[in-house]
Amino acid sequence: MARIAGVNIPLNKRVEIGLTYIFGVGESQARKFLQEAGIDPDTYVKNLTEDEVRALRELVDGGAMVEGDLRRERSQSVKRLMEIGAYRGLRHRRGLPTNGQRTKTNARTRKGPRRMQVAGKKKVSK
Amino acid sequence: MSRSSKKGPWVEDRLMGRIEAMNSAGERQMIRTWSRASTIFPEMVGHTIAVHDGRKHVPVFISESMVGHKLGEFAPTRLFRGHAGGDRARMR
Repeated sequence: MARIAGVNIPLNKRVEIGLTYIFGVGESQARKFLQEAGIDPDTYVKNLTEDEVRALRELVDGGAMVEGDLRRERSQSVKRLMEIGAYRGLRHRRGLPTNGQRTKTNARTRKGPRRMQVAGKKKVSK
Repeated sequence: MSRSSKKGPWVEDRLMGRIEAMNSAGERQMIRTWSRASTIFPEMVGHTIAVHDGRKHVPVFISESMVGHKLGEFAPTRLFRGHAGGDRARMR
C-alpha cells in the first residue's frame, strides 16, 4: 500500500497514472516528479520500493499544492470574488459560467441537469 | 489573452490624475467615470468611484481586495428580471 499526500492509495496502475489520483497532480506533474526521483514511469505502484515511495512522498509534499490545501485555496478565491461583488463572483452565485461562454445553449456543466417543463401546464387562452 | 506585463496595468490618465489630486489634498469625493476598462490601483482604495453601466453611474466603494480588477467588473451592464411566466417569478 502506497500512501502519498494523505489518503491516496492508487495500486494496480503505473506510477505515472497512479500519481494523478492525487488532487492537484496531473500527468505532466506526475512525469516531472518521476523524472526528479529517477523512477521509470512504467513501473507499477505495487512494485515500487519503500525508498522510491518515500522519495515521491517528499517531492509531492515539498513541490506541489495538493488535496485539502488546494481545495481550500480554490474555494477561498471563489468566495473572495463573491464578496467583492465582481462580475465573476455574481456568476458564481448564480451557478452560471464565469468566463463569458454562451448560455443560450450548452453550459450544462455549470447549470446542472436540464429542468424539464412540466406537462399540461399551459393555460387555455380565452 | 492577457495583457503583456511589459506594459504594466492600464488606467485612464484623467482618472488617475484626479485620484492623485484628491489623495494629496486629502479629500474624498465621488468621481464619475466612463472608463470601465481602467485597472484598480492601490491608490484608489477607500474612494468611491461611480462607474458607468451604459445607463447610469453605479457607485463602487473600492476595497483592498479589489486591487488589480477592472472598474467595469463591479458595475454590471445587464439586468436580468427572469423569464416571462417563469415558475419562480410567479412564486414571489
